[in-house]
Amino acid sequence: MPEESLKAAVAAGVLASEQANRDLLQATCEVARAIFSARAASVFLYDERTDELVFEAVAGEGSETLLGQRIPSSTGIAGWVLVTRQSIVLEDVSADPRWGGAEIAAKTGYVPRGLMAVPLLHEEEPVGVLNVLDRPQEARFSLEEMELLGLFANQAAIALDLLRKGRRAKAVLDDAGADVGVVARIASSLDALEGPQRKAGLQLLGALEELFVQKR
Amino acid sequence: MSDPAPERPLPAWSLPAGTVESLGLPTDWPGRVTREWAWGDSTGKGVRVCILDSGIDADHPMVGEIEGAVAVEVGEGEEVRVVEDSEGDLAGHGTACAGIVRSIAPDCSIFSVRVLGAGFTGSGTALLGGLRWAVEQGFDVINMSLSTTKSRFAGVLHEVADAAYFRRTVLVASAHNMPVESYPWRFSSVISVGSHEDPDPLTYYYNPNPPVEFFARGVDVEVAWLGGARARSTGNSFATPHISAICALVLGKHPELTPFQLKSTLYLTASNVEEEVA
Repeated sequence: MPEESLKAAVAAGVLASEQANRDLLQATCEVARAIFSARAASVFLYDERTDELVFEAVAGEGSETLLGQRIPSSTGIAGWVLVTRQSIVLEDVSADPRWGGAEIAAKTGYVPRGLMAVPLLHEEEPVGVLNVLDRPQEARFSLEEMELLGLFANQAAIALDLLRKGRRAKAVLDDAGADVGVVARIASSLDALEGPQRKAGLQLLGALEELFVQKR
Repeated sequence: MSDPAPERPLPAWSLPAGTVESLGLPTDWPGRVTREWAWGDSTGKGVRVCILDSGIDADHPMVGEIEGAVAVEVGEGEEVRVVEDSEGDLAGHGTACAGIVRSIAPDCSIFSVRVLGAGFTGSGTALLGGLRWAVEQGFDVINMSLSTTKSRFAGVLHEVADAAYFRRTVLVASAHNMPVESYPWRFSSVISVGSHEDPDPLTYYYNPNPPVEFFARGVDVEVAWLGGARARSTGNSFATPHISAICALVLGKHPELTPFQLKSTLYLTASNVEEEVA
């Protein structure tokens, strides 16, 4: 496929992918929660525009209320994890309203006794933080579990990065106005075609492209 | 070579004939370095430890009195200001590190340099600015349970880490829990620390397969947290202050040691080395 058509097709894919990317992120949260038998798991996305952390996916406790909530990017445990790129596990935190879990407690009324927090890294950049709240207290934490958490973080980071890229691409399309939107929709429709119809569509687009190249 | 040596001043980093005595080492190293020699009876008194982190809650009973606290602020033009810190701890982690250091080296002096709170955008600049400031202050040990993955900071961080090394300031830095490139723990001028699962705070191992050089207690560690709370914690960032505190013990007894000698002492007294020798 010629490069420009490919770009348009990718853009069209992006338009439809927001929900799929969200589902992927949500599924990662659900699995993290299940693997660690935790009460909740959540993913923060780092929002560069506002320099904040946003709850992007929540499984278990708080799933009704936390989505979309924002906290400052460099305070609290999540902020520390984002800034330092270090994973930490805290358990058995003696109840105190000021402890770092307050960022969750303030929004849900549920005060976790412990959490695991791991940075979500994409290439050089941290793109967010994965939290796993209140795993069973009787199970002693091990370095193997820390590695497992790291593996989950890799998966969640990819899902989060897809979501981020998709939103950026959508923003570009929105900014470009209707012109590019039409191209994206045509590419999207073409992608759904099969057999002779698809072939004819491609030929038509090919002819259009030749026409545009000649005019340029 | 028959030509006589040219008569020109020797570079400053050479050792002219007849000056060997100027290198007299005050350290009387025994034939076998033991933990007793390294830090027996030391409480870390006289050693200044800097915690470069989220701030310190000085009211926490596990931390006790601290020497001082500053915060690193980053302006819009990325200019760095170091100001007195009245906020305490913005996350809890710095307090945890301070408590670990205090539990092992009870009489060392602890100073807080807060590099958290400037927003994520300013965090790399704050980390670098805070580290630079701490090195200029001449602390004996700087505990860094943090790192950056941004390669644009790597070169400058490397320079600061080397400057610290030559000024006899030991940087003790957490290795990553995940296999990613980050700094400054990968630099050989710092002491890098990962975790082991043993519950003994004075058990630490030398790793013959760097970049991580030492493993210290980092699983299920009881730590101080915000508001007088306590928690059990896991992560390399909690292993690091164990090594910082042991450095403080050694320097309390042997203040003349250079970072190279201190790292050698850690090697010779590591749990997998001292026992082998014994």
